[in-house]
Amino acid sequence: MLKTLMNEIGEYKKDTILTPVYTAAEVLMEVLIPYVTALIIDRGITAGNMDAVLVYGGLMVAMAFASLFFGAQAGRHAAAASTGFAANVRKDMYRKIQDYSFSNIDKFSTAGLVTRMTTDITNLQNAFQMIIRMAVRPPLMLVMSVFMAMTISSELSMIFVVAIVILAFLLTIIIANATVTFNNVFRKYDALNASVQENVSAIRVVKAFVREDYENRKFTEAAVNLQNMFIKAEHLVALNNPAMMLVVYGCIISLSWFGAKLVVAGTITEGNLTSMFSYVMSILMSLMMLSMVFVMISMSTASMKRIYEVLTETPDLQNPAEPVMAVENGDIDFEHVSFSYKQGTGEKVLKDIDLHIHSGETIGIMGPTGSGKSTLVSLISRLYDANEGTVKVGGKDVKDYDMEVLRNAVAVVLQKNELFSGTILDNLRWGNPDATEEQCREACRLACADEFIEKFPDGYNTYIEQGGTNVSGGQKQRLCIARALLKNPKVLVLDDSTSAVDTATDAKIKKAFAETIPGTTKLIISQRISSIEHADRVLMLYRGHVDGFDTPENLLKTNELYQEIYNTQIKGGGDFDQPSAA
Amino acid sequence: MSEKKPVRRGFDKNFMGRILSYMFRYYKWQFFLVIVLIIVTAVCTLQSTLFTRTLIDDYIAPLLGQSNPDFSALGARLVKLASVLSVGVLSSFFYHRMTATIGQGTMRHLRTELFTHMESLPIRYFDTHKHGDIMSVYTNDIDTLRQVIGQTIPNFVNSGATIITTFVSMIVLSLPLTVLSCIMVTVMIFVSGKIGGKSRTYFVRQQRNLGAVNGYIEEMLNGQKVVKVFCHEDKAIADFEKINDDLRDAANNANKFANIMMPIMANIGNISYVLCAAIGAGIALSGVFPLTLGTLVSFMQLNRSFSMPVTQISQQVASIISAMAGAERVFAMLDEESEVDEGYVELVNVHEAPDGTLTEAEEKTDIWAWRHPHQADGTVTYQKLQGKVTFLDVDFTYDGKKTVLHNIDMEAEPGQKIAFVGSTGAGKTTITNLINRFYDIADGKIRYDDININKIKKPDLRRSLGMVLQDTHLFTGTVMENIRYGRLEATDEECIMAAKLARADSFIKRLPDGYQTMLKGDGSNLSQGQRQLLAIARAAVADPPVMILDEATSSIDSRTEKIVQEGMDALMHGRTTFVIAHRLSTVRNSDCIMVLENGRIIERGNHDELIEKKGRYYQLYTGNAIGG
Repeated sequence: MLKTLMNEIGEYKKDTILTPVYTAAEVLMEVLIPYVTALIIDRGITAGNMDAVLVYGGLMVAMAFASLFFGAQAGRHAAAASTGFAANVRKDMYRKIQDYSFSNIDKFSTAGLVTRMTTDITNLQNAFQMIIRMAVRPPLMLVMSVFMAMTISSELSMIFVVAIVILAFLLTIIIANATVTFNNVFRKYDALNASVQENVSAIRVVKAFVREDYENRKFTEAAVNLQNMFIKAEHLVALNNPAMMLVVYGCIISLSWFGAKLVVAGTITEGNLTSMFSYVMSILMSLMMLSMVFVMISMSTASMKRIYEVLTETPDLQNPAEPVMAVENGDIDFEHVSFSYKQGTGEKVLKDIDLHIHSGETIGIMGPTGSGKSTLVSLISRLYDANEGTVKVGGKDVKDYDMEVLRNAVAVVLQKNELFSGTILDNLRWGNPDATEEQCREACRLACADEFIEKFPDGYNTYIEQGGTNVSGGQKQRLCIARALLKNPKVLVLDDSTSAVDTATDAKIKKAFAETIPGTTKLIISQRISSIEHADRVLMLYRGHVDGFDTPENLLKTNELYQEIYNTQIKGGGDFDQPSAA
Repeated sequence: MSEKKPVRRGFDKNFMGRILSYMFRYYKWQFFLVIVLIIVTAVCTLQSTLFTRTLIDDYIAPLLGQSNPDFSALGARLVKLASVLSVGVLSSFFYHRMTATIGQGTMRHLRTELFTHMESLPIRYFDTHKHGDIMSVYTNDIDTLRQVIGQTIPNFVNSGATIITTFVSMIVLSLPLTVLSCIMVTVMIFVSGKIGGKSRTYFVRQQRNLGAVNGYIEEMLNGQKVVKVFCHEDKAIADFEKINDDLRDAANNANKFANIMMPIMANIGNISYVLCAAIGAGIALSGVFPLTLGTLVSFMQLNRSFSMPVTQISQQVASIISAMAGAERVFAMLDEESEVDEGYVELVNVHEAPDGTLTEAEEKTDIWAWRHPHQADGTVTYQKLQGKVTFLDVDFTYDGKKTVLHNIDMEAEPGQKIAFVGSTGAGKTTITNLINRFYDIADGKIRYDDININKIKKPDLRRSLGMVLQDTHLFTGTVMENIRYGRLEATDEECIMAAKLARADSFIKRLPDGYQTMLKGDGSNLSQGQRQLLAIARAAVADPPVMILDEATSSIDSRTEKIVQEGMDALMHGRTTFVIAHRLSTVRNSDCIMVLENGRIIERGNHDELIEKKGRYYQLYTGNAIGG
């Protein structure tokens, strides 16, 4: 995992290496400064030598500037390295996701991918910066301070060794316990936020049933629960500081006692003793920092893991070695195709489908929810691969085509469709980047979208907000159809794409298809009889298998399922008030 | 609860004050105790710092040169010091614990208050604010406050205490050197202000770029399937790389300034130290002011302790900046106006005497009445709850500008079924939202049992109305709990009865744990149809005299739809019902059909009458060409 992530450093390798190098230089200065301080005291102040004070003082100022320079350099490179690293990871994740097949995306879920690309990367960036800045500082500080202390007095340094062992021991216990507790707390915290989320989206239900007080009680209970867990965890962390103080004070007292004896005995000077006091602080501080680094790393491993998963996921659809670069016609053949979303274990969504559709046919597809309609059409443009059997378009296996060629020939208007922020023309040109405005208008005419677009003050230059929130459901669907038409596809798949369009307009669109693109094979999934009653043939799917595949007239005579739907919709149960064009 | 809204001016101070006032409100004495303990800790720490002088001047210098030095005095002094320092350790222990308690307690109060307040906000708030933004107040903004309350404020108090105690000792030791140290600290504050300001500009820019990247990722990943279907991957990558680079540059600058703050601060501290040594030595040697060697050494250490807290505070700048933005959003939500309820008519249980007189009952009687207190003469009258709803010339607007409902007149007698039909945006849902006062009307009157609904207490009004919405929302919990949501006192048997009525019983029984099956994430483990059946059962257990139903559109298949329809029909039976209808069977069975277009009722009557008319309803019904 680390290796994969390390590769992301890329062109920021220099910054990544320079950061600890400069930090090391900075630390060196920081450790030497107390030494010079001792010189100021011993050679200057104690000896009453003003020159020495000035010389060593000057030296110390020079060192302070050097330390400042190194520190600033380290900070600068650390920022460049960590933000560059994060940008690289983000870029590669994004590229990787573009290679994902639908089943890869489904595996992570869109929301999951968004979190991984935002929150997790921010965590990783912070941890990375922390590591390159801090990984060398505390250990180096520790080693050098101990070394300096040793040169002053190896006897007194023994105090440090004992102190380090004690503090390291205490910190390890505290942190190990705290990490576990905190992980539990954060899980509870997520659960609490999930319940807020529930309340926000169901606020009408809460208010309609006058359950505000009930929800408040429930929330308060959970919040108190969370508070207590948090307090428990933080009480553990609260031990850090007193533990540190205890050890520092212990050192000061022992230093005073043994140090005084050594000074009186003339083994060390008063200045030496003062330096020792400042080394106490820097040694123990670096231990504290080290413990913080560990906490940071352990907290970011979850994020790291999630990012790693995205980066190393193998896209399960690959282009063939020698792809076919043209789709001849709109013939579609399913030869004993079976499919399940979870390979091997999952329930089969499609079972032994065997179908043959001729170029230019209009096929209606019906069936109850979960009968496999959307899955079936997804296999045609190779959004998923069949587990068994072969799917053919234009007489060739879909796996033999270049994916881009195939998908340009097979236009799919998805059930859950999206428009993107940008003008209507921008959105339409997704279908064909080179389409002229006239071509775009023509496509909109076919999709019956021209009438409402022309009513917008900015017409085809109307800006579509993110998620297409400023157009109605029916308008959005028609724009999506127009966008697909601009591809000039051999096969056009409409997956319940006119559900929000009123019956009359729906009929008009279907009629336009029949007249203007007769050569294109049209597959129309719908819950509405009226949408498919003029199709050449209708495919009834039921629980993943073909229940009937015949002309609508014949199905009405022979197929029970079709009859049932027909009866409920045409004879008194159907819905009629679909949004009108007006 | 009609507190005055604070004027939003001089925001920075205001928000800190507000946070502090929260800590104060619930933890007054603990708060003071913490301050006392922090000061005790700081004083003890100071003892250890000052001890160096005592050690050198009083215990080492006199012994220098002695052949047989006596360390017993030093030993005694160290024992004394140890006991003082133990007090420091203990008080540090306690104040850290208490800070955790206060911090988390304050967070809990804030969180609960935020939630409670949110629940009291009008529906309008939820319509005009993106749910993602509301959630981010809980997930992001409150977290930044957690930082401020848990760390920044204690750090400030601690740093403040250290600065003050150190400052006092410094003055005692040497006035001129104190002046010098103060000058240097002023320099530090000035520099940190300068860098902090720069840093802030870049942090703001970074946040903006981060927002752009997040927005792009969200939009593109939500539409990822479309991207794939249209082979738009390369273009998407190119666009992304551009904004990704912008973010990197902004983040780089923001972090750079934050990173170099520490070395700059620390080294100004070092220079201050050197100046202090040089000038101190000069003073000591020249003898202008009395200054012993030990004093100077101690002073130099104090100089360190004096500049350290300043450095520490400068480190908090980043978290304060982000907390400020977070706090602004938290308090903005807390300052939102709650739903107003000026109603005084209440819904109560009554006993009905054979002669029709009603007497209020404490227990549940299944007979409900409106309790109507009369201000003029202090009397109270009771009126039986029946379920009659009247609209008199009602106009409505969401934003005060565009009127979405015009001159709505209608009357529903108890037990009648009123259907609304018309295209999306015609105003069907809006009308139903006015009956339960999710929104208040702009003009006209709505009466319930001939009482103006503005006079009825909102909770009582809503209790008398049942609602089944088109998008079903369920809650985390068991199936049983979700049904009981309709009436909290309902027994298990009553819930099962309601489920049977709603035709939900058979699928519930087939669930792994039956009625005890846990539902997660808005019932995502159920199908759309099953969720609707549960919503019907939930309304059924509430058993209100008036129902508002929003029939689902085409997303469920015919078989389930039939069962849902049966459930709906059973629920409507014997109640006044307003139904936003999508099905012919529903419409045909209605007593009155309102055809809405552009916020006006353009046709009304029963099915046969409207078909006769050959107007808009006829067009909708026959599916024939619709003009326009």
